Amino acid sequence: MSTVTHDPGPVGPDLVPPARTTSARRSGSGGRRPGTQIFNGFSHLFLLVWAIMVVYPLIWVVMSALKSDAEVIRQPLSLLPETLRWENFGRAWTEGQLGDFFLNTVLVLAGSVTLTMLFGSMAAYVLARYDFPGNRLIYYMFLSGLTLPIYLAAVPLYKGVFNTGVFFPPLGPNKHLMLILVYVAWSLAFTVFFMHSFFRTLPNAIAEAGLIDGASHTRLFFSVMLPMAKPGLISIGIFNMLGQWNQWYLPTLLMQSVDGESKNQVIAQGLIDLSVNQGYKSDWSGLFAGVTMAMLPVLIVYIVFQRQVQSGLTAGVGK
Amino acid sequence: MRHGVARFVIGFLALPVALYLFYVVWPFAQAAGYSLTDWGGYSDRQQFVGLENYVRLLSDELIRKAFWHNVFFLVTVPLFTIALALFLAFLLNVGGREDRAGIRGVLGSGVYKIIFFFPQVLSLVVVAVMWQQIYRADGQGLINGVLMKVGLVDRDNPIAFTNDPEPFLGVPAVLWWLLLIAVWSGAGFYMVLFSAAMQSIPKDVFEAAILDGAGRFHTFFRVTLPLLRDTVSVAWIYLGFIALDMYALVFVMTPSQGGPNHASEIFASVLNFTAFQKGQFGYACAMGVALAIFAILLAAAQLKITRRERIEY
Repeated sequence: MSTVTHDPGPVGPDLVPPARTTSARRSGSGGRRPGTQIFNGFSHLFLLVWAIMVVYPLIWVVMSALKSDAEVIRQPLSLLPETLRWENFGRAWTEGQLGDFFLNTVLVLAGSVTLTMLFGSMAAYVLARYDFPGNRLIYYMFLSGLTLPIYLAAVPLYKGVFNTGVFFPPLGPNKHLMLILVYVAWSLAFTVFFMHSFFRTLPNAIAEAGLIDGASHTRLFFSVMLPMAKPGLISIGIFNMLGQWNQWYLPTLLMQSVDGESKNQVIAQGLIDLSVNQGYKSDWSGLFAGVTMAMLPVLIVYIVFQRQVQSGLTAGVGK
Repeated sequence: MRHGVARFVIGFLALPVALYLFYVVWPFAQAAGYSLTDWGGYSDRQQFVGLENYVRLLSDELIRKAFWHNVFFLVTVPLFTIALALFLAFLLNVGGREDRAGIRGVLGSGVYKIIFFFPQVLSLVVVAVMWQQIYRADGQGLINGVLMKVGLVDRDNPIAFTNDPEPFLGVPAVLWWLLLIAVWSGAGFYMVLFSAAMQSIPKDVFEAAILDGAGRFHTFFRVTLPLLRDTVSVAWIYLGFIALDMYALVFVMTPSQGGPNHASEIFASVLNFTAFQKGQFGYACAMGVALAIFAILLAAAQLKITRRERIEY
């Protein structure tokens, strides 16, 4: 507050009577001194520059997705396509198989996010609120998963999945159910860690009241504690959703075709294939359309839930 | 009653723990075991070789190179990301009203926060594919195109970006270009994090500072920043893990996934190359175990260094 930077005691040019302090505060950013105004101008300028640096590439990708191939090459920089070519999206959707990628991703995520949250909160709840031998051991076992590099586990994981598939095909490579379970397992470390700290903060009194009223432990969890943990569930759930939507290494490793059947690729994996292997054969507008379709859903989910995402994550990391 | 609790605990833990053991712990344990063998990954033939792989690791030129590249990211990614994030958070909050109600944002700070967060929710793959187009080494790339139009870049001599192994400040240029992407995508999230931490500082702290005659710069550097210490150190650890895992960027953006001429090789890329292209799986596992130990030691060291008496408020 620029108008109150000096002690009102001694006589001086900046002496401010207390009454003015209140009115100045109410009047907002208080640009009484030119230095403040310059500073405010500068901060707006810089913030604006960074905002443009973030948004411009995104808009450029979306706009390039609406150009013709010739236009992408001739006028790569223009943000206004001569004509809006929506058919790029159609082509990417069918020929580029984006439609299949989407369907696979949605099928997998529907199962994996639900199960991650269910199993994650069950484990976190028990670990956070019940004392039993081995509690710490299991907790640290989950925690250690946060630090270990996933590449290390790659080949044994693939072998394990392959061998399971021999006995029980739905859990073999290139199967949705297998990917769901793998996602759940690999998301547990993060989920248990954050839900654990969340369940710790819930008051004991309500749990005790529930038990005295004759609720079983299971009932207590599902009808009392879980609803109370709803804010945490929502933000961790959104995080798992974004994280699993964006996961590329596990599907690239595990959704490989065996016996020549076509790969059940998910979206991130499919995009990598398209860009690294140049499967698009210089279909640039199609690639841009694919990237656009991969990023718009997460951006929309984020904008709709941005309050929960930001508060949930910052609460989790900050405390 | 006790019996019921035990059944409940076991019932709730059984499935999650089983899944975790089978898909996460068991592969890691196996990898640690393989690191002591000369297994190729495809055959069933494997021989116990003791610590030979680890000894070999110490004299491997490529690994040494990758190690220093990882160290480069380990230092620069947190440093630049946190500096930029703090600077943005500073502008966002101190530029606004800092009064008896604590810190409030400048006009439109809510919108800025939403926008700056965008890269965080995008997949690394989407980010990488997008930047591949931005970085294109001909007139069609976003940066080269703009700079050519302005006349800052010669049409026949465009910026090579991730194809450029020439050292800049002693580090291959390709690494700096990858660093730019990492900072671009990370800064917004940490800015939101720091902003939230700033706004959770109670207003009487600022009241006291104002009464003591502190201006907004003083208040920021002497009061706000020290109170953010915990948050910054957590951010540092998180960014450290991200810096160890730049693999998606290297995978999509660099020629032959670690090139040109091994200029952007990092631990993960050497590991994947050794395991899946060269078929030396035991050796690759030794790399992974070394990396895991390195990561855990690093996290422990950072926790130890940054841990201080917590200021309660």
